[in-house]
Amino acid sequence: MRAPLSLLPLTLDNVVFQVGSRRIVDGISVTIERGPRTIVLGPNGAGKSVLLRLCHGLLEPTSGRIRWNAPELPGAPRRQAMVFQRPVLLRRSARRNVTYALKLAGFHGDEREERATEALRKVGLDALGDRYARTLSGGEQQRLALARVWALRPEILFLDEPTASLDPGATHEVERVIAAMHAAGTKIVMVTHSLGQAHRLGDEVLFMHQGRLVERAAAAQFFKRPASIEAAKFLEGELPW
Amino acid sequence: MQSCTNAHISDLNLRSGLPLNGIVDALAHAVGLVTTLDAKLVQIVGLSLRVSIAAVVLGSVIGLPLGAAIAVNEFRGKHALIVILNGLLGLPSVVVGLVVYLMLSRAGPLGSWGILFTPTAMVIAQTVLITPTLAALAQQLVADGWSEYREQLRSLGETKLGAAPTLLWDLRFSLVTIVLAGFGRAASEVGAVMIVGGNIDGVTRVMTTAIALETSKGDLPLALALGFILLSVVLALNAGAFVVKETARRRFG
Repeated sequence: MRAPLSLLPLTLDNVVFQVGSRRIVDGISVTIERGPRTIVLGPNGAGKSVLLRLCHGLLEPTSGRIRWNAPELPGAPRRQAMVFQRPVLLRRSARRNVTYALKLAGFHGDEREERATEALRKVGLDALGDRYARTLSGGEQQRLALARVWALRPEILFLDEPTASLDPGATHEVERVIAAMHAAGTKIVMVTHSLGQAHRLGDEVLFMHQGRLVERAAAAQFFKRPASIEAAKFLEGELPW
Repeated sequence: MQSCTNAHISDLNLRSGLPLNGIVDALAHAVGLVTTLDAKLVQIVGLSLRVSIAAVVLGSVIGLPLGAAIAVNEFRGKHALIVILNGLLGLPSVVVGLVVYLMLSRAGPLGSWGILFTPTAMVIAQTVLITPTLAALAQQLVADGWSEYREQLRSLGETKLGAAPTLLWDLRFSLVTIVLAGFGRAASEVGAVMIVGGNIDGVTRVMTTAIALETSKGDLPLALALGFILLSVVLALNAGAFVVKETARRRFG
């Protein structure tokens, strides 16, 4: 059995997502490569979350194309994953939330249990595996959502403002897990509102404004010397975010 | 009809003076029937529970997955189907009784089964009556859940076929209320079981048909005793459901 071809790079070709007459994503073309942690920045309503959902296949573009190097086969286990701002956890134990995802991904028996154990340990929830997921604190719930995707070892992980409703301590924990997943070889694409977080976690920045991709740059360069007026204004806090 | 009603009233007045005293006497008698576990009463209550529990089990097995499947799938005519299902919440039990009667009567398509005027026929009639109720309520519940879970489940690669049972299981504590609503409807209806069961003493007589009959005969104590039991059963079940839901909410979040 040969190893499956990589999903990446992901290529967006003039992708538009329109609701009524409003273009939420307005003609984005970009190639997302393996490797660097990609941060999607931009003010509210820039279309960041919609862009993520388009990439992940939760929304269909109105026009344009989204191409994976080697697309997932319909019905086959998914090789990409997403963590949402507010995790949706099932009314069962933390551990069973992880094994549920593993079952969907086609893992059986011992391997399912071993992967769940390992994932819970990686996010520091090994002691809470038997607790009911919805009784965990907000930060623990988001870490459980990360354990759920970690267990799947996806090639690429999309994160939609995963720490937007967490306190600094919980945010720190979640950032630690994201960094560890990246170190383990998962491509990270994350939407965030927090410039500090983009600083800490970002290798490259995609800056969106009004549905368009205005700027793409290495993170260090973006924060030091943004090339676009919109990005400069955003960094100075003049654009609402 | 008019003369019949007048006869009852005069009958009551003759036996116990004012109707109010009659009711008090009947209440006392009813308590006696319940506390002594009157054989006839026990038999009627037992049959009622067996028929309605069977109907609610069958109705849940059919109705809940059906409602969930409608909720998570998109198809032509979905809205029309939901409107029809919701309309069937108010399905008159006598109409169900009539239709099932026609199906099961000797000349009907299922006449060869020979089950008209048996408890089986009553189970079928009550199942037909409450299945749309269970499906409509489950559809609403699962549709609400689906809007919350959809992105997450699709992200994890869940199919629509798999999403329905996953949602039903995740919403299991709320489903208890729906199933009990179905039981309440089945246990308290009189039209359908009267028509297809025939209210045969010792065979197909249940609480509701017995209440109707005993009231028209003027035997208020038995009717009242049955009425209290029916009410208590429904109240007890709902109290139980409340406890289950509250405990689950605290435990499972």
